[in-house]
Amino acid sequence: MSNHMQHNDSLLRFMTCGSVDDGKSTLIGRLLFDTKTILADTLTQISNTSKKRGMEAVDLSLLTDGLQAEREQGITIDVAYRYFSTGTRKYIIADAPGHEQYTRNMVTAASTANLAIILIDARKGVLTQTRRHSYLAHLVGIPHIVVAVNKMDLINYDQATYNKICADYIQFAEEIGLAAARDIRFIPMSALNGDMLVDRLENMPWYTGETLLEMLEKAPAAHTEQSEQFRFPVQFVCRPHASSDADLHDFRGFMGRIESGDIAVGDAVTVLPNGYQSKVKAIQLGENQLQSAQTEQSVTILLEDEIDTSRGDMIVKTDEALAPVKQIEAFVCWLSETPLSTARTYIVRHTTRESKAKIGTIQYKVDVNTLEQQPTADLKMNDIARLTFKLAQPLMVDSYKTNRATGAFIVIDESTNNTVGAGMIV
Amino acid sequence: MTTSKKTLSHLDWLEAEAIHILREVAGQCSNPVLLFSGGKDSLCILRLAEKAFRPGRFPFPLMHIDTGHNYQEVINFRDQRAEELGERLIVRSVEDSMKRGTVVLKTPDEPRNKHQSVTLLEAIEEFGFDCCIGGARRDEEKARAKERIMSFRDEFGQWDPKNQRPELWNLYNARSHKGENIRAFPISNWTEMDVWQYIERENLGLPSIYFSHQRDIIMRGGAMMPANVPLTNGEVINVPKAGEQVVNMQVRFRTVGDITCTAPVISDADNVSKIVLETATTTITERGATRLDDQTSDASMEQRKKEGYF
Repeated sequence: MSNHMQHNDSLLRFMTCGSVDDGKSTLIGRLLFDTKTILADTLTQISNTSKKRGMEAVDLSLLTDGLQAEREQGITIDVAYRYFSTGTRKYIIADAPGHEQYTRNMVTAASTANLAIILIDARKGVLTQTRRHSYLAHLVGIPHIVVAVNKMDLINYDQATYNKICADYIQFAEEIGLAAARDIRFIPMSALNGDMLVDRLENMPWYTGETLLEMLEKAPAAHTEQSEQFRFPVQFVCRPHASSDADLHDFRGFMGRIESGDIAVGDAVTVLPNGYQSKVKAIQLGENQLQSAQTEQSVTILLEDEIDTSRGDMIVKTDEALAPVKQIEAFVCWLSETPLSTARTYIVRHTTRESKAKIGTIQYKVDVNTLEQQPTADLKMNDIARLTFKLAQPLMVDSYKTNRATGAFIVIDESTNNTVGAGMIV
Repeated sequence: MTTSKKTLSHLDWLEAEAIHILREVAGQCSNPVLLFSGGKDSLCILRLAEKAFRPGRFPFPLMHIDTGHNYQEVINFRDQRAEELGERLIVRSVEDSMKRGTVVLKTPDEPRNKHQSVTLLEAIEEFGFDCCIGGARRDEEKARAKERIMSFRDEFGQWDPKNQRPELWNLYNARSHKGENIRAFPISNWTEMDVWQYIERENLGLPSIYFSHQRDIIMRGGAMMPANVPLTNGEVINVPKAGEQVVNMQVRFRTVGDITCTAPVISDADNVSKIVLETATTTITERGATRLDDQTSDASMEQRKKEGYF
């Protein structure tokens, strides 16, 4: 477990994993309520609904009640995004349903999260679903895991039970390689009462660690913990051709978002896949000229030389160049009700680039509950498999482990245009 | 290799994300349009579009679906802003749909927000737009909390909440077949507070009705309604009925919508920094305070979106 959580003032995206029974909705409701995100009219609304359903106290889980269809069935069927701010930091919560048949939703929520809260019911301990959630968080590369042992109020805030659950979890985390790869923290809590979320309260004096909100406030934002290579997929080329303005006549700006690393004026760069080399002449953000730019900034880059570059190309630093590939090996989560067909051609979208793709070999699929590898010939919704794709166009990829942006891709079914798969390059 | 030790502020991050989304629309769609009402959210998007595409022109025109129930100063502001930017503004009006008979009102003064869907779909067909960029935010309403950043609509403009395309990382899928449509929401992840902070930071101009002013108000259906508002076509709307008392109050609008269903709030905030402060301390949500059409039922927004509403 690493211990380098540092303070910063930016934005943190995190997800919550757990089923309705674990108190996930109550946890989110409590976070929103205790950080004063819930305003009076919303509270009145859910308080009325609570009364209508015959409940004595206000049911905070109603705050995350979503669609009519979900209320009718009493379940969550899709990822919902919630927001709160503490004044020092803005938070985006991806709230994903936890049942097995919603693996695809969990993967979706995990794809943008830098921290996952994995909920465990203190009465039940580490369950199959805990293992599933942990494996998926690991697979999708979430660097920070908070294991929240919830419903402590129902076991009289018993420290020994909490310690046992933590020990069980650590043992399992070591088995799957999670303990070594990720920063894991534990916290006992009662989302219902609010113990250890925003306020400590008095029920667990034996716990001297951080509250949940303290952990969130200190958790590193994405891209802050390891050095990354500069990757700039070109989204759009700006050529104004304004005859009235001589300055703009030769303007050729490469627009995109820096997916990783940083860049400065004067840096030697290579444009892939063609390999043309040049130097950065200018970096612009709106009307501002920048001397340098960093990860996650959307900028316009101008080069010293006139190079034929279009959407789908990637600008990298010349000393960090990578070789375009026409075959990729990846873990793929299948998202569509229509199973994968090895006979068909799909579209792989990677950064701003697309390529037609055919399945090479499916090595195995992973049982998300037992983590067993099983041979398979097909892939159905919610399955996760390791397989290879053969590509019509070269892609500029990194392994997902080293880069969550250039290591990721989606699979699109050309006949429906649906997004049918999510891939993480090995 | 270098480590980026500094992280972006939340506004810088949100701005960068929105610019990325706008450029993805430009890169993936062949005929997009930006919906622009003159309201605060769409004014933010115009600023983001400047940052995304200047010194080039916007790769899309602007379009306003005019209900006819708009304040004159908002319409003037809309036209002025489009002219300053030098971008093409298309206006299509619900009243034209009424003349065509595609929009039929039950009562002459009823709110026209939901009728905008019809006019919008007609305009999409007229111009063959494959993507509409809008200023909706997920924090506005619970049906929006589950909507994608690139949201797919079928030939009838319908949103199917149970059958949305999965959206992972920042790999957006804006593909559509002819006749189908994508709605793109670059400020999905912004809250009302983020919008006001961005307006303050970027020093954006706004229509005057967002700021505190004196106005004649009547109480109707438990809400404050602006009284005797002159429309752009010369008519006057929200005329007090017998027994309704007119009171002059100091108010501002938190959202700009159909006059008949958008209530002002009592406020003395006459500049953006005062509004930021007021937003931080308010106890009522934006739509709760001001949008009467969302209060019809628990699912009214979800219902409207299924029918093609933004």
